[in-house]
Amino acid sequence: MTITAERVLPAPVAPRPFGLVRHSLALARRSLIKTLRSPEQLLDVTLQPVVFVVVFVYLLGGAVSGSTHDYLQLLLPAIMVQTTVFGGMATGVNLNTDIRKGVFDRFRSLPIGRSAPLIGSVLGDLIRYVVAVVSLFAFGYVLGFRVETDLLSALAACLLVILFAFSLSWAFVLVGMLAREPGAVQGIAFLALFPLTFGTSMIAPAATMPDWLRSWVAVNPVSHVMDASRGLLLGGPVAGPVLWSLFWSAVFVLVFGPLAVRAYRRRT
Amino acid sequence: MEHAFEAEGLVKRYGKTTALAGIDLAARPGTVLGVLGPNGAGKTTAVRILATLLRPDGGRATVGGLDVVRHAARVRRMIGLTGQYASVDEDLTGTQNLVLIGQLLNLRTAEAKVRAAELLAEFDLTEAAGRPAKTYSGGMRRRLDLAASLVGRPDVIYLDEPTTGLDPAKRDDIWNQVRSLVADGATVLLTTQYLEEADALADEISVIDHGRVIAHGTPASLKAVVGGQTILVRPADPARLADAAGVLAAVSGHQPESPSRGVVTVPVDGDAAFTEVVKRLDLLGIGVTELSLRLPSLDEVFFSLTGQHTERAEEVAA
Repeated sequence: MTITAERVLPAPVAPRPFGLVRHSLALARRSLIKTLRSPEQLLDVTLQPVVFVVVFVYLLGGAVSGSTHDYLQLLLPAIMVQTTVFGGMATGVNLNTDIRKGVFDRFRSLPIGRSAPLIGSVLGDLIRYVVAVVSLFAFGYVLGFRVETDLLSALAACLLVILFAFSLSWAFVLVGMLAREPGAVQGIAFLALFPLTFGTSMIAPAATMPDWLRSWVAVNPVSHVMDASRGLLLGGPVAGPVLWSLFWSAVFVLVFGPLAVRAYRRRT
Repeated sequence: MEHAFEAEGLVKRYGKTTALAGIDLAARPGTVLGVLGPNGAGKTTAVRILATLLRPDGGRATVGGLDVVRHAARVRRMIGLTGQYASVDEDLTGTQNLVLIGQLLNLRTAEAKVRAAELLAEFDLTEAAGRPAKTYSGGMRRRLDLAASLVGRPDVIYLDEPTTGLDPAKRDDIWNQVRSLVADGATVLLTTQYLEEADALADEISVIDHGRVIAHGTPASLKAVVGGQTILVRPADPARLADAAGVLAAVSGHQPESPSRGVVTVPVDGDAAFTEVVKRLDLLGIGVTELSLRLPSLDEVFFSLTGQHTERAEEVAA
């Protein structure tokens, strides 16, 4: 290499191990800084679930459970799942916006793994799920929600819900890579999210539903996570729902993760 | 190795549109190649291929002897890219932007911080280092963008229209930075729409249009083809345009042109002609509102090379 021979290179780029992990974490930090710098981006995981809780509890609580307090106990563990799952949509929308800006060209021109910018965004957005869970618990406690199990189970519920949202967010990343514009990402994501989150026993017991809907509720991955969350927060059977939740989380990451990275590579 | 980067017969199509129709570009180590052309000529496409962001449909390109498609990862270690629009993260501060790039280039965080501070000082951004880039002026963003492409001390630097939209003082800042990069041994590919910029910085210039190189040479040889400098006269009294044209014809020995209403221009060989024109205009009592000696515009370069105006100029005229 005759070009470099005369230049003073202070040995900058010695190979270091775990490149993909380090690069992804550096990019996750970037996402985090961006989120914290514009907190209005967190409205969908703070104010929106609070509105949902208020509407459902006071509108339907009496009719479904006989009392608003009983209904809140049933609803909150499920709303937590809905909120975090919806929260993942922003990752896809933001990536779609980002990728059209010059800064992604810079990332692509750097010697880093092609998946690092995507992993970074998904990891950075974990903060959104944490914020969602914390604000729901805080508001729920003000309204009278109480954990009926123990602290450890409650923590496990939070972790499981966050893990599931993280895994499913890879599907939104894929949509973000394929769609032409951010609005389209949102449209497609909403179409998928309604049957996933409302086709559950979140706001009413499945027993009251017609057969076809009950069959969907039974196989819907989100139902399993809601069941697990209720079991861990209120007591009752947890092993089955938790295993199903973990199974679906793994499926989503393994299927949508590689597809999203492939779509990112192909996008120019 | 003779060339720091080299493109041979690059072809790129988007559907039915041919962005590059077999383009050759090359620069020896430590030199600046100016790529001069109008919007849509294929400048950015060529840069994106050389920067591993796009795959060519035909032809090949190498950087440091390595193929940009087959050895993309190794090529990326040698290059720095500054896009047409400033490609910095607006929400991050100047320091955060540069530290992030350093970390992605495998510097340890402490080293990345040192390098960021160094570059911010060099580009006169130390005071703004802690502010988000969205609060920066256009010139500051361009400087930060250029700094970001230099974090890894690349051998080859692509500057895609680095001064478009900047005022002359800020443009001079960027020019000086480019000169010091080259003095340090880097090879630069600079795209531009201004002959003046290519003339000021480039060792060789490739003029491209419709995805082809239509002329290549040193600035001096190119100017010899297109006419070195041009005198422009705008008489205060439009009725005396013909008289002014007569003066220009007599001094230069060329037929003057009237590129826009009320103005005549003629290419000249040296500065002496200018003094002569001033003398004769004065003698004939022709008052002027504009009188200048300048390098040909891109449109004039195209006109002398191809006999056609650039498409953009035609649209403006239409």
